[in-house]
Amino acid sequence: MPSESSVGVVAPQRAHFSLPLALKSGARLPCFDLVYETYGTLNAERSNAVLVCHALSGSHHVAGIYADDAENVGWWDNLVGPGKPLDTRKFFVVGVNNLGGCYGSTGPLSANPETGKRYGADFPLVTVEDWVAAQARLADHLAIETWAAVIGGSLGGMQALAWSLQFPQRVRHAMVIASAPKLSAQNIAFNEVARQAITSDPDFHGGNYAEHGVVPSRGLRLARMVGHITYLSDSQMAEKFGRQLRHGEHKFSYDVDFEIESYLRYQGNKFASYFDANTYLMTTKALDYFDPAFACEGNLAAALVPAKASFFVASFSTDWRFAPARSREIVFALLHNRRHVVYAEIECDAGHDSFLLDDPHYHALVRAYLENIVV
Amino acid sequence: MTEYERKLKAEQRERFDFAVIANWIPPGERVLDLGCGDGRLLRYLGETRDVAGYGVEIDRESVLGCIRNGVDVIQMDIECGLSGFEDQSFDHVIISQALQTMHATERILTEMLRVAAEAVVSFPNFAYRANRQAIAQGHMPVSEDLPYDWFDTPNVRFFTIVDFERLCHRLGIEIRERLALDESGRTVFDDPNLNGSLAFYRLGRPV
Repeated sequence: MPSESSVGVVAPQRAHFSLPLALKSGARLPCFDLVYETYGTLNAERSNAVLVCHALSGSHHVAGIYADDAENVGWWDNLVGPGKPLDTRKFFVVGVNNLGGCYGSTGPLSANPETGKRYGADFPLVTVEDWVAAQARLADHLAIETWAAVIGGSLGGMQALAWSLQFPQRVRHAMVIASAPKLSAQNIAFNEVARQAITSDPDFHGGNYAEHGVVPSRGLRLARMVGHITYLSDSQMAEKFGRQLRHGEHKFSYDVDFEIESYLRYQGNKFASYFDANTYLMTTKALDYFDPAFACEGNLAAALVPAKASFFVASFSTDWRFAPARSREIVFALLHNRRHVVYAEIECDAGHDSFLLDDPHYHALVRAYLENIVV
Repeated sequence: MTEYERKLKAEQRERFDFAVIANWIPPGERVLDLGCGDGRLLRYLGETRDVAGYGVEIDRESVLGCIRNGVDVIQMDIECGLSGFEDQSFDHVIISQALQTMHATERILTEMLRVAAEAVVSFPNFAYRANRQAIAQGHMPVSEDLPYDWFDTPNVRFFTIVDFERLCHRLGIEIRERLALDESGRTVFDDPNLNGSLAFYRLGRPV
């Protein structure tokens, strides 16, 4: 057996929660399902569980492949597996599709039990805190009282941070990677452009497109294209595409001239073929609303008072979406509260998406931190 | 001396240096260590003085070392100051044999006494007898406490005990205690600027 390998064939599971969930918006879900996957074995003390939180477009499929689809590799497979930095020989790893998602958990595509029709536009706005509350129900379901760690990148990192505030006793380590304590005006602006792209698509039908048997794919495509620009760094885009021409010459048309156009169109098309528009809208709002310091008049240090966990915070040098300075805000707020924290600022060329890549130094840091967690 | 003996001697010496610093740190304090390397001083202070310590380090391999050593560390460049660290948020801030590797000497000393009530500084004394002899013979010194050839030294500031004390005076920094050691780690009482290879200071603001 190689020292580092895949968790192999995995299968998603489904948990049903029949008690209502009160949401931050004031709305309430009468019941809900969460789809999740687990890797590794929960030890007898139930002390080795790690929750992996996904970002905007991620899912419960964190690692491994499916028996009927070997091409469908988990989104963080390079990090999670036997011998990998998040070692499934030591940890019991849980991946969950968030509430409102489009990969099987209750979301806009699900039937509303009170009407029998799809939720569509009626699905309530859920927040990072609501996701964490739902994930806590899953932890209860799995009889996991305390996570050894909650880990996530970007929006996933926000969930890890929110866990440490909502359930301080249930998180021993929070690993917040390429994240931010709140979105900047620029971040929100990009999200708003993405939302406008979707809601102005004639096929959107006020969010009830499913009833019309259509998908606002033009809007989704644009939303993803805009988003994708913010995930990459200028330097990496220059290196990868530069001004390379598709046809070796200027065509003087609005078709693809430059390779970067082709790349963005490809990414947009791919995304629009599988992702739900309402989930995208809702998730970008969850990002916009996330701001633990909001209730403390903007004082992040005051907002982090409840946290008990030890923290691993990491940022990437070329990430301009959630720049290193955003992570430092978290670090210094933790320092103010005398929490254990390690903070690494990783030199990496790939912008925000770096957290998904397997940069050796980045993985060495994650591995070293996780190795020291006693289970 | 074999490589092993050299390593053993260096480790013994290091333990001795650590003990000097630990002696100035009351148990249970909050401590910040600038240029903390792989965190071994903080680990030592954690084990012997039960301090709550944080390290600051720019070098990525050292940051990884800190994580492996279970030491809290913040990766940042202290040449730019200590912005983010709150005023008087630590009991002691330490810079152990790293001040000579920084350009912004004055800013760092000033910042140290902004974030902590007291600073502990150690550095190699360039005016140590053996160093003077090396210069007299026409060479840059290489010694126990200045172990690098001139062409690959991380040190960028070369100063003496006398120079350092003059700077402290100019910056209005109070020298509360000084300790000089010779190359074998013995305390020097007579003419420390000539006989001291390594200098340790406890610094504060005049009350």
